[in-house]
Amino acid sequence: MDKKYQPIIGMETHVELKTKSGMFCGCKNDPDAKKPNIHTCPVCLGLPGALPVANKKAIEWTIKLGLALGCKINKLSKFDRKHYFYPDLPKGYQISQYDMPFCYQGKVETSFGPVRITRVHLEEDTGKLIHQNINGHNVSLIDFNRSGVPLVEVVTEPDIFSSVQAKEYAKKLRQIIRYLDISDCDMEKGGMRLEANISLLNVKSQMTNNKSNSKFKLPNYKVELKNINSFRFLERGIEYEIERQREILESGKTPIQETRGYNAEKNITFTQRTKEEAADYRYFPDPDLPPINISEKWLNEIKSTLPEPFDGLFKRWQEKYNLKPELVELLFETAEESKKLEELFKKCIKEKLSVEKFVNAMVHKKIKTIEEFKKMTNIDEVSDDDLKVIIEKILKVNPKAVADYKAGKINTINFLVGMVMREAKKKIEFQRLQDLIKSFL
Amino acid sequence: MTIKDIEESLKKGVFSCQELVKESFSTIKKHDKKINAFLTLNEEQALKQANHYDNLIKKDKNIFDEKPLLGIPVALKDLFTTKDIRTTAGSKIIGDYNPPFDATVVKKLIDAGAIIIGKTNEDAWGHGSSGENTDYEVTRNPYDLNRVPGGSSSGSGAAVAYGGVLVGTGTDTGSSVRLPAGFCNLVGLKPTYGRVSRYGIIAMASSFDSIGHMTRTVYDNAKVLEVTAGVDPFDSTTVPIKVDQYTKKLGQSIKGMKIGLPKEYFVKGLDDKVSNSIKNSLKILEKLGATVKEVSLPHTDYAMAAYYILVPSEVSSNLSRYDGIRYGGSREMFGAEAKRRIMLGSYTLSSGYYDAYYLKAAKVRTLIKRDFENAFKEVDVLIVPTSPTLPFKIGEKVDDPLQMYLSDIFLCPVNLAGIPGLNVQSGFVDGFPVGMQIIGPQFSEELLYKVAYLFEQETQYYKIRPKFKNG
Amino acid sequence: MSKKTLSTEEILHIAKLGNLTLTEKEVELFKKQLSSVIEYIDKLQEVDTKNVEPLSQTTGLTDIFRKDEPDEKRTLIPEEALKNTKSKENNLFKVKAVLTE
Repeated sequence: MDKKYQPIIGMETHVELKTKSGMFCGCKNDPDAKKPNIHTCPVCLGLPGALPVANKKAIEWTIKLGLALGCKINKLSKFDRKHYFYPDLPKGYQISQYDMPFCYQGKVETSFGPVRITRVHLEEDTGKLIHQNINGHNVSLIDFNRSGVPLVEVVTEPDIFSSVQAKEYAKKLRQIIRYLDISDCDMEKGGMRLEANISLLNVKSQMTNNKSNSKFKLPNYKVELKNINSFRFLERGIEYEIERQREILESGKTPIQETRGYNAEKNITFTQRTKEEAADYRYFPDPDLPPINISEKWLNEIKSTLPEPFDGLFKRWQEKYNLKPELVELLFETAEESKKLEELFKKCIKEKLSVEKFVNAMVHKKIKTIEEFKKMTNIDEVSDDDLKVIIEKILKVNPKAVADYKAGKINTINFLVGMVMREAKKKIEFQRLQDLIKSFL
Repeated sequence: MTIKDIEESLKKGVFSCQELVKESFSTIKKHDKKINAFLTLNEEQALKQANHYDNLIKKDKNIFDEKPLLGIPVALKDLFTTKDIRTTAGSKIIGDYNPPFDATVVKKLIDAGAIIIGKTNEDAWGHGSSGENTDYEVTRNPYDLNRVPGGSSSGSGAAVAYGGVLVGTGTDTGSSVRLPAGFCNLVGLKPTYGRVSRYGIIAMASSFDSIGHMTRTVYDNAKVLEVTAGVDPFDSTTVPIKVDQYTKKLGQSIKGMKIGLPKEYFVKGLDDKVSNSIKNSLKILEKLGATVKEVSLPHTDYAMAAYYILVPSEVSSNLSRYDGIRYGGSREMFGAEAKRRIMLGSYTLSSGYYDAYYLKAAKVRTLIKRDFENAFKEVDVLIVPTSPTLPFKIGEKVDDPLQMYLSDIFLCPVNLAGIPGLNVQSGFVDGFPVGMQIIGPQFSEELLYKVAYLFEQETQYYKIRPKFKNG
Repeated sequence: MSKKTLSTEEILHIAKLGNLTLTEKEVELFKKQLSSVIEYIDKLQEVDTKNVEPLSQTTGLTDIFRKDEPDEKRTLIPEEALKNTKSKENNLFKVKAVLTE
């Protein structure tokens, strides 16, 4: 990687919450709706006279996410109106949050270092535009089913320095959101939308001009890469952008501050909109929605619904079951699923089966139940009583081994286990045999 | 005739709902060509409904307990959303808008048995104090057809004044119920903000719009509020405070009641004739047992400026939805006043100006609210003139928007503070109605009605009918 | 603040923010009318608002919410949702093509 230019990347991620109803109305929240405009009402259609009423669960889930990202929670919060004109925005403004978001100052760890979370806020989604050519005319068709669905926005500081790190961050964010089960994050359906702000910092020139100051000045431009709907496209799109910007900078020019899209087929980014004039959203507090107090009591209620944090969970599983996080994390998404998984682990222990092997089998052989696992390893059904008879016999016939074990040669147990198995002429779970034999010694 | 009279007559069978409604439409047909109070009439449905109610009354005379406004002809300001009845807000841009739902207040009135006679003319979007900013024919004052009826609920005021209906609903954002009531010899209530649901009422300024109504008498007005008031799960800004039985305390004495006169309101710009009328009315109130004292609302001078920053800001936002895609025509169809307010509001909210204008005005709003709260520590209610002048001539102020804005000077501080104001007739000067505004703390409508009722019974101005001068 | 007269540029910029297209006549008219209103509202700068909180809600309400439950009573059937539009195609609202976002 070129040492002259350092990519500086910040990310904005939009996530559709899987609430049952809309952010400000009771319309069904159904990303799989089969027909257009079947889930609209005066509120989300922006009819004259309609008024919003806030969905409490959406607020709680936003705070939940903020807490899981290590954020501080604002005691007082509000909704603001963000004004711009676009056909998929029925009121001509989006109800969002401006200067008092629900959550701020969090952090996500990546293998390249921490990525600070600037804020997590709540807003409403827009309708969907479908582009078509009808009778020779290019038209846009609008479906308002999605209008008014609760949308959470997670914004990072420009703490990401490579496409690989961006991908890791995005994947981790998705993992956390899925763990909380507040969204399905279906990227193909637009349930999770990624945006990256990319610029290149001329490290060499900063170092020569800035000897005393340890802090780097951010580049004087940034390019927004929007509407990326896969992790792979994110990585590729950023890589393309870095190279494109490097070429421009090398030629002595500055890349234009603009919004670009990513074309997956050609693997290029392209201009969508020039931001010569930053949009003036004319934010002001939405007078239709009273402010929100997040009391100690309410915050504690929300905290109590948080599942065990990943760090704690993986650590515990590592210690107790010797499980590698990279492996076991492939077996579950939501906290509910992790609990069910742990139930299986406990069952394994009860049946003296190796959890580690079980997990391996689940990952590599795609099995799902303990029965399947047992079948697979040909573990035979032998009762403890039958085994005890055999063990007694073996111990009698091998007094030296018994004495060695009692003297401290712990590994002798393996020899004894092997002998029992040979005698039983059956495949028996190692741990189980070991425990049974130990109980005799 | 009042609501009480009608209930009695319907019970006794003196006349039927159908006859009442037919009479309503015949009065409208007689006068409305010249007055232009109505934009849409609901004749077919109204007669059907009246017929249905006549059958209900025959079956059970106690139906009036369940439906306290049974058979009462009501006109709705045309920014009240009515299902399947054209709703224009006085504008051409949504001149053919046919709503798929009813406003909460409309539902409540219908459930209480009221009969919707039609939708009334208004300053488009509520932007105005005279009725002249309608995109349609200008409504005339039934007392003198060369004069304005007051706005923005101009059509509702005129319709009640000439007897087309018994109740005319309106919205009051800065003046728009109290001023037409004052210019047309009516009782007009601007309730406490949050007392009546705004759901389905086409929004002008979301933190100011108060949903009110005009009637000929105080009793009628109180009776209607009993129906329209109350918290609404569809409107986050309605307050869950118990709805009083507003008609119950009418007739009770006001002995010992303290009435405050804000000294800042009795200054230059106030027509002498108006001032004298108010002074006489105060004497009558003193005779009825009240005491009058001077109070101060020190930030009065700044109320108008704060109002004309905050309201256009919210207006520019609320009118953003009219992009012609889901309903209505394109934005060029907005009238001049709407365009002015959109421009002004976009400016005061824009980057670089937000702090100096919107934020500053919002802070001044706190000071104005505090002024009223402090005054109410010394007195029970305030009384001020409704308008600084007599009803002015059509065309007199329309070319000078700032002059037009200043007609609201005694009325808009009440909207900034979110408190209730009730217009009751103070008297007549040169044949023109002069209104008097009774202002109280939040949710004190019961008190306002008490004062107004005794005054009205003493002066009986409600008996006077318009003479259609210059008509 | 000194006497404020808006320039043509400013008027056009404000009109753009409000998504309005003005005729030349309107630009001149609004320049005059808006400038006089802005001059009037500038008197607010005289008021001492140090340590005063802005007011955006006169009710004092906070924490007004609804439960996360679908309420199909207000949901419109597509025919109702589309009945007031002048341009539609197969239960979708139709407009001239916009730049892909």
